[in-house]
Formats: sequence, structure tokens, C-alpha cells
Amino acid sequence: MRFMLLFSRQGKLRLQKWYLASSEKEKKKMVRELMQVVLARKPKMCSFLEWRDLKVVYKRYASLYFCCAIEGQDNELITLELIHRYVELLDKYFGSVCELDIIFNFEKAYFILDEFLMGGEIQDTSKKSVLKAIEQADLLQEEDESPRSVLEEMGLA
Amino acid sequence: MPAVSKGDGMRGLAVFISDIRNCKSKEAEIKRINKELANIRSKFKGDKALDGYSKKKYVCKLLFIFLLGHDIDFGHMEAVNLLSSNRYTEKQIGYLFISVLVNSNSELIRLINNAIKNDLASRNPTFMGLALHCIANVGSREMAEAFAGEIPKILVAGDTMDSVKQSAALCLLRLYRTSPDFVPMGDWTSRVVHLLNDQHLGVVTAATSLITTLAQKNPEEFKTSVSLAVSRLSRIVTSASTDLQDYTYYFVPAPWLSVKLLRLLQCYPPPEDAAVRGRLTECLETILNKAQEPPKSKKVQHSNAKNAVLFEAISLIIHHDSEPNLLVRACNQLGQFLQHRETNLRYLALESMCTLASSEFSHEAVKTHIETVINALKTERDVSVRQRAVDLLYAMCDRSNAQQIVAEMLNYLETADYSIREEIVLKVAILAEKYAVDYTWYVDTILNLIRIAGDYVSEEVWYRVIQIVINRDDVQGYAAKTVFEALQAPACHENLVKVGGYILGEFGNLIAGDPRSSPLIQFNLLHSKFHLCSVPTRALLLSTYIKFVNLFPEIKTTIQDVLRSDSQLKNADVELQQRAVEYLRLSTIASTDILATVLEEMPPFPERESSILAKLKKKKGPGTVTDLEEIKKERNSDVNGGTESTPVNASTVSTPSPSADLLGLGAAPLTSSSPPPSTTGSLLVDVFSDSASVVAPLAPGSEDNFASPDLASSEVVSEEPADTVHDADELIHKFVCKNNGVLFENQLLQIGLKSEFRQNLGRMFIFYGNKTSTQFLNFTPTLICSDELQSSLNLQTKPVDPTVDGGAQVQQVVNIECISDFMEAPILNIQFRYGGTFQNISVKLPITLNKFFQPTEMASQDFFQRWKQLSNPQQEMQNIFKAKHPMDTEITKAKIIGFGSALLEEVDPNPANFVGAGIIHTKTTQIGCLLRLEPNLQAQMYRLTLRTSKETVSQRLCELLSEQF
Repeated sequence: MRFMLLFSRQGKLRLQKWYLASSEKEKKKMVRELMQVVLARKPKMCSFLEWRDLKVVYKRYASLYFCCAIEGQDNELITLELIHRYVELLDKYFGSVCELDIIFNFEKAYFILDEFLMGGEIQDTSKKSVLKAIEQADLLQEEDESPRSVLEEMGLA
Repeated sequence: MPAVSKGDGMRGLAVFISDIRNCKSKEAEIKRINKELANIRSKFKGDKALDGYSKKKYVCKLLFIFLLGHDIDFGHMEAVNLLSSNRYTEKQIGYLFISVLVNSNSELIRLINNAIKNDLASRNPTFMGLALHCIANVGSREMAEAFAGEIPKILVAGDTMDSVKQSAALCLLRLYRTSPDFVPMGDWTSRVVHLLNDQHLGVVTAATSLITTLAQKNPEEFKTSVSLAVSRLSRIVTSASTDLQDYTYYFVPAPWLSVKLLRLLQCYPPPEDAAVRGRLTECLETILNKAQEPPKSKKVQHSNAKNAVLFEAISLIIHHDSEPNLLVRACNQLGQFLQHRETNLRYLALESMCTLASSEFSHEAVKTHIETVINALKTERDVSVRQRAVDLLYAMCDRSNAQQIVAEMLNYLETADYSIREEIVLKVAILAEKYAVDYTWYVDTILNLIRIAGDYVSEEVWYRVIQIVINRDDVQGYAAKTVFEALQAPACHENLVKVGGYILGEFGNLIAGDPRSSPLIQFNLLHSKFHLCSVPTRALLLSTYIKFVNLFPEIKTTIQDVLRSDSQLKNADVELQQRAVEYLRLSTIASTDILATVLEEMPPFPERESSILAKLKKKKGPGTVTDLEEIKKERNSDVNGGTESTPVNASTVSTPSPSADLLGLGAAPLTSSSPPPSTTGSLLVDVFSDSASVVAPLAPGSEDNFASPDLASSEVVSEEPADTVHDADELIHKFVCKNNGVLFENQLLQIGLKSEFRQNLGRMFIFYGNKTSTQFLNFTPTLICSDELQSSLNLQTKPVDPTVDGGAQVQQVVNIECISDFMEAPILNIQFRYGGTFQNISVKLPITLNKFFQPTEMASQDFFQRWKQLSNPQQEMQNIFKAKHPMDTEITKAKIIGFGSALLEEVDPNPANFVGAGIIHTKTTQIGCLLRLEPNLQAQMYRLTLRTSKETVSQRLCELLSEQF
């Protein structure tokens, strides 16, 4: 996989993950172009399209589009299910995930994706393994975090 | 603000994100961000040391700002500091920031690499995982250089945790993709292959991805993975849907792993071992059978996962292309999908069938679905699906159904989406030409194309129709009549005016007998379009008019009046004005005879690559231009060989090509870079072979040739400067280790060589073959030596007959004497006249210093004694280089012998090395030469050392021989 994008119906980019280095300028151009193409498509259309020299696989979940660019020989259907598996992972972690969860906890969305995919290839397909890794990390986090006052949080202390 | 569900409470961050979301305008957002950036900057710069938590929070805010699309130019150092924190969550944010915002600042990279190194060595699996993720996310060359050696060790170490193994495998894969040169092959590769047997399916999945990527470039090294992959696959497909527990996805056992294993197998030809092969066939049959079973769940995820495996299995079946039974079954399965209610499946079935159409076993089976595909073209609501249907129709087209398919595509073109019109036009044009039995049908089709989609008919298409009409006299009268009729339409496309103008200018006389298309009517018809056309078209029409002056003397004055009018003679456009002036003058002063010669009918175009196919190929990429034979050829040249019969090492295999017979030299030599020159009778000369040595002799595609037919058809010589010497050294290198073969070939001429050498003398036979059916005139080959070369090389030859008949071959003998050692090669320049144009070709003649080698046998002791004697630094020449061809011992030996030296066995203590010895004979002196070639299989490199008594000889021989491996 070359890259994965999450964006809203309004064309706001919520998550971007690049598995092959390109310049920031080129990335922005690709995002803009691809969002335009995908958002213009009608609901019943097929989930795959040819774009530049890549294949794009996308699926819409509520207000969010999940969009993967893969190479010519890659398998479209399994990519579609890869998107679904990622959504399931988010759902399980956040408990009925919505766009806001991904906005406010963007770093978590990245961590979960990293546990699931690496270098554009699937690292583990077992939902349990991935979530176990994330939850372990959360435990570590809670252990070393001491409670703070709200004032301190706001930087007013 | 929603409650943060888990983990930390970076409330400051949440507040900030909330603020941003509440901004009513872009300006407000930017203002808020700038405020925050100022705040963070002051915190980072402040005297008070920040605690880890604050650092984490601010770094996270910066990351958020960056992801919103704003530039971030500070904070990198703070992020790097977080990497060395002992707190997991701080480390994690640090790594995330680095991964997203890495910058090539070398000082930082050093610090980052240090932190990664510490974490990799920490033996804490969570930290190791973070470090590996960071390497994979950044994936830069610096990272590869620093860690590519270390990661394989982590991957195969016995005590590495499963999760770390998975990360290590994919991390290595990522580094290999960007910097394969930093990933050394070695002992670890065999241990990686055995990960396919691992108990942990997550490890197997990650390892399979890695192995697939590595095997594509190093097939030999990973050959054993085939049988392991087959048995793993077999265990998965035969397992019950619940056996694999968490690796079962909606009742499909391990679909991702199955797809990956099937993909890995596509790196190889069908397994040679009958048992493995049988087991694989069983697996594929099981997968096909399962597609027929009722679904275990109604969920789309179930059917998607199941079909993902099925499509990958079909890809493998097509890749092997060896089991007719499976191919036909695959085709039937796809046929069912063509009518499935899921758009996705219809799309994939059309796509997959395209490749199936190119297999001889399943081509017929694919054709049976023609009606369904045509229907898809008419009824699919999604343009991307219709596009696939067009592709498939194109792929399944052959002589039996061409008329139907072309008619349907033309039909569809009337309503087709603008985005794919040009491509359809190209496809129709290609099919119509390729499968035309009756050329009147071809002409009709192209004129229809122009009528329906004139704007999308590119120049290549209308050039092509003219080339064909000119080359086939059986269709000329029909073409003239048809364009004349088409031009009657009140509004016709400019492309039609171009084609019409050109064809009537050449063949208008063939219909002039009919009073309804008398010369004057033809002229008036064309001239009525003149003022609406663009400048290039008007220029073309002016040429048509002057041709009319020759064809129809009775309307000469009418035409002269037009040329004489102010709008022509004083036209603001220089090209039009010049044509008008010159044509008017020509028509006034030239005698009928001169006019007839100058404005003679165009000679046939040389048969050459179809420019249309070339264009389609450029547009779509070679893989997508489906042509039965070509696809097969392409697939066979896959890295690891598509079928058993496929030559793996292209450089050593001689494929008999038709051209070889012409010369009677036996098999023609081929370099791996240039596929066999095709000499098919079809007009669609092989477009996939980018033959390195092609000159375009007559460019019928160029505007000039068309716009001024008078020039091309007359005896006016277009004195082009000699083409640059053709791929000069490439050709020389082909002949360093051998003496016979084809030196050069284009559409007109083929040059073959046969030579022999003894001591300092040699004789070379050069064969010139005329590939066309037209005579070559003034045929003059000349040998050119620079002044320097003349003093070291003496060449003698006799001139050849200046006329070479079509299809004939002439021979020239060159006597060679080597006077002293030399560096360059002589140049063979050939000039001749073909169909009114002047041709000028130059190639280097492969007479190289090593041809004057005499082998010398000697024992190990002698060799090393002489080796030591030649230890003066000027006498030694060494070159270390990457292997350009597979490193095969036998081939290397053959090349060294072909080079001319003796191959000394059992001389070098290391049996993998090659040593050779010989004497270069020149008239003035003899030079002893020793050579040693040390291959390094792991690095795919060679080191070549030459020691001779003369510096220039060492240098030249080293140069020549280095290019051979």
C-alpha cells in the first residue's frame, strides 16, 4: 500500500499515513486531487478506481471516507476488508467510534493504525493481538501518569 | 467536547482542538494557531525546564497543527528529547512526531538514530516495537544504512518475541523497498523462509510479505519458500472455518495470509516437484469449489474475504498459464461474477478476465461472454466499470468477432464519457486495422470515428489511415469516393477535411470520371471548407491544390486564381504565404513533365510500428495494452520466469529470429535489453520491443511530410546530417566475446557480421540485407578511422555494388591488421537512397583489442610468479562493479573464453574465482595479459583485475571485459 487517507464528507483530512516518502507539496497535491475524485462519486458506485498509476480502494463509514492507494498487482477486495478491520479496531477501542473520537484522539488513531499496518503491509490480522498491544500501552500510560489538577492542565497553575 | 474515552487526559490539547473547531473562519483558525505557536515557542525557550508531560503535550499540539496543514519549523529537538524518556507515553508521542515530521537535518538524524539504537538494544519488546515502527515510518536511506544490518538479526534471533518479529519483518521490508543495497542477503534468509512454518499466524503473515518482496529480486535465494508456502496454504484452505480462531475473518480462515501466500507463489513458475504441484492444484481447486458453496454468512465482509482469496487464486492460475482445466474453470467463475449484483465483483471480474483473454487456453472461453460484456457497456452506471468493459472487449477481440466488437465500441462512443473517449478511439482504430480483412471496412470505420468523435481522434489515427490507403492500392478508389461523400455533410470535423484533402490530392483522379465528382466539384467542395480550418489544415489543403494542378490540368487556372488571391499570397501566416507563392510559381513555370515528377503520387510508407498502438501504450502503460502474443511475451519475461519453458537468463539465450535466416548466421544474438526485432507481416510491428538501434527513416507522422507531399515525392534530397552513432558502445559490447551476429537493424536495413581473427590479423564479413521490397540506390558503406586509430589499425576493403535490390543481401569483406594496441573502434557509415529519401546510418564496428588475443595455458605456480612480476601500479587495472546479469559460473567461463584468454582451472586458491591468461598480438609487439575475476554473490558484485605489461592494454581490456558480466 502506498498511502491511506481518512477524510470527511466536507473534505477535511482527518488522518494521513504515507508508506512511501514524497514531498509535503506532492502529498498535499495528491490529497486534494484524490479527495475531489472520491467525493464526486455516487453511493452505489464501485469501491475501486484507477488513479494515476495506482489503484484506489475506498469505503465510506458514516461521515468518514477511508481511502487506500495500492499498487497494480495488489488485491482490491482484501484491501477493502483491511479498511473494515481498521474500522472495527477503532470501534472496539473507542466504543462505537465517531469522527470526533478521531479528531480529539488523533494520536490514538495513528497508534492503532501503526499496530495494524507497518510499511503498508498488514502486521497482524487478529483483532485481539492488535488491541492487546494498544491496551498494554494504555496501561503503561496510566501507571506512570500522576493525576493533575484541572488548573494545572490549563496551564494556569 | 466529548469525553476522552481512554488513557491520558491531555486536557490542554483537547481544549486547543475544541478551540480550533469552534473557529468560524480560516482567519480565526490561523490566529488561534499563531497564538498557540507563540505560547509553545516561549515555553520551549523559557528558562524553566519543562517536565516530560508538558513537553509531550506541546509536541502533540505541534503535531496536530502540522496535520491541519500548517508548517512547523520548531519542536523537533523537544520531540527527540522525548525519545529518551523512560515513560512509554512520552516516548510514543516523540516517535509519532518524528515519524510524521522527520527532516533531513543530519544532526537530528544522528540523535534519533541513537535513541532508536538504545531502544532496539533495550530488550523491552514495547520499546523495540516503537523503534522499529519509527524506522519503518521514516524509511530513509540514512535509517537503512544505520539499521539494515541489525534488523535481520533481531528477526531470526531465537529469543525474539513474536510481536517484535512481526515488526522486524515489515520494517526490513520497508527498508528493502527504498534501499535494497543496504540490506545484505546472508544466512538469515534461509531462517526467514522457515518463518513460513511458524506457529504464530501473525508472524507468518508478516514474514510472507517480506519474503514476497525479497523473492521478486532474489528468486534463487528464496526458492525453498515455494513448497513451504504451498503446504501452509493447503493447511489453511482445508481447515474448518473456526480452526484458526482469531485469524478467521467472518468465517473465512486467514484470508490475508492466503492472499499473501498466493501472491508469493506468483513470483515463481509452477512448482517442478510433482507432489508440490499436485498439492497446489488441489488447493486451487478447493478455492474454486468453495466459491460455489452457499455463503456461511450474509455479511458482505464474508463474501469479500472469500472472493479476495478467489481472485488471488485466479491470478496465480493465470500467472502459471499451464493448467487448461483450471483456466477454463476460472473463466466460468468470472463469467458468473459478470452478472453479480455487487458492482465491485463485476468490476473485478471484467478486470481479471482481461488477463485471462490473453491465455491461449482460455481465450475462447472468455469470448463466450461477449454479449454480457457488451451489455455491461450499455447498462453499467459507473464509468469505471464501463471502462473495464471496454478493456475486456479490446482484449477478447480477434478476427472472428472484430466486426461486432468494433461496431459496439463505435456505438458506445456516441454516448461515452468524455474521460475515456480518446482511449476508445485509439482502441477502435487499432482493432479495425489489425483485423481488417476488407480494407473498405477499415476506411469506413475510421471515417465513422472521425464523424462520431472527431475531437478525440488524435493525429496518429488520421496519419495511420493515410499510410494504409497509400500502401494499399486496392482501397484507394473506395477511399476517395468515401471521403468525397463524407465531405458533403454540411458540418464536418476538421480531421475529416485533413484526411479528405490528403486522399483526394493523391487519388481524386480515381473518381473524377463520375460527373458528380468531377475535378472542379472536388476542388470546390474542399475549398468550401478552407476558410473554417486552422492554419495547418489550410497548409495541407494548399498542397492538395497543387497536386490537383498535376492531376487535373483542366482546373489549373481556377487553382492559380485561388493561389493568387490576396488572402493567400499576402497571408499573415508565413507558412501559408510561402506555400501559396511557391506553388503558384511552380504551376506557372514548370513543364507538364516536371510537374508530373515533382507532384508524383506518394511512394509507399515503410512498414513500421503503429504509432497508434505506441500512443495507447504510452497512455495506459505497456501492461494494459492487451495483445495476445505480447502479453505472453511480457509475462514470460517476468523476473523469475512465467512458465517452465521461459529462459531465465535472457542474456545467454539466443532466440532464433527471422532476421537470422536472412544472413544464414544461425541464431541471432540478443542482448537482454532489446527484445527480438519483430518482422511480422502485420502493420502492427511489434511495439513492445524498444529496439535500441532503431532509426526512423521516413517519418510519415510528422506534419512536414504530410503538409508538403511534393517534397517527399520528388527527387529532392533531404540532406539530413548523419544520425549519431547508434548506441555506440552497447553494440560494441555485444560482440566483445563473440564474432558473429546481427550488428544493426532498423525497418529498412539489417547488418550482420561474421569474423575470424588469428594473431594480429583478422577478416570480417559484413552482410547488408535490404528488408524492404524497394531498391536501395547509391548504397555506399564507408569505414572511418580516426587519425589515431589509423596508425594502430589497418583496414582494407573493396566498395560494394551501389544498388541493393529489395530483399537482397550484399557482402563486404574487410581485412584487418592490428599494428599496435588501440582504444576506440572504427565507424561504419552507410549512405543510400530509399524511395526518394536519403538515409545515413553510422554504427561502431566491433573490432576490439581483445580480438587479437591468443590463449596461454599455464600452471598455478607460473601464473602467480608472473602475476607478481607485473606488480607495478601502472600495469594493474582494477574495476569493481555490480553484476548486470545473473551470476552463473558456466556463462562466466564461456565469456572469458570468448574474450580470447585461456581459462585457467585450479589456479586460484578460491574455486569461486576465475583466472585467465593470454597474449595480445600486434604487429609491433606482443603483450602478456593476466586476469582475475572475483565474484561476490551476496553483494551481486564483481572485482576484475587485469595485469599486463602495458598500461593502455590493461586499461582497455578491463573496460571491455567489465561490461560483459
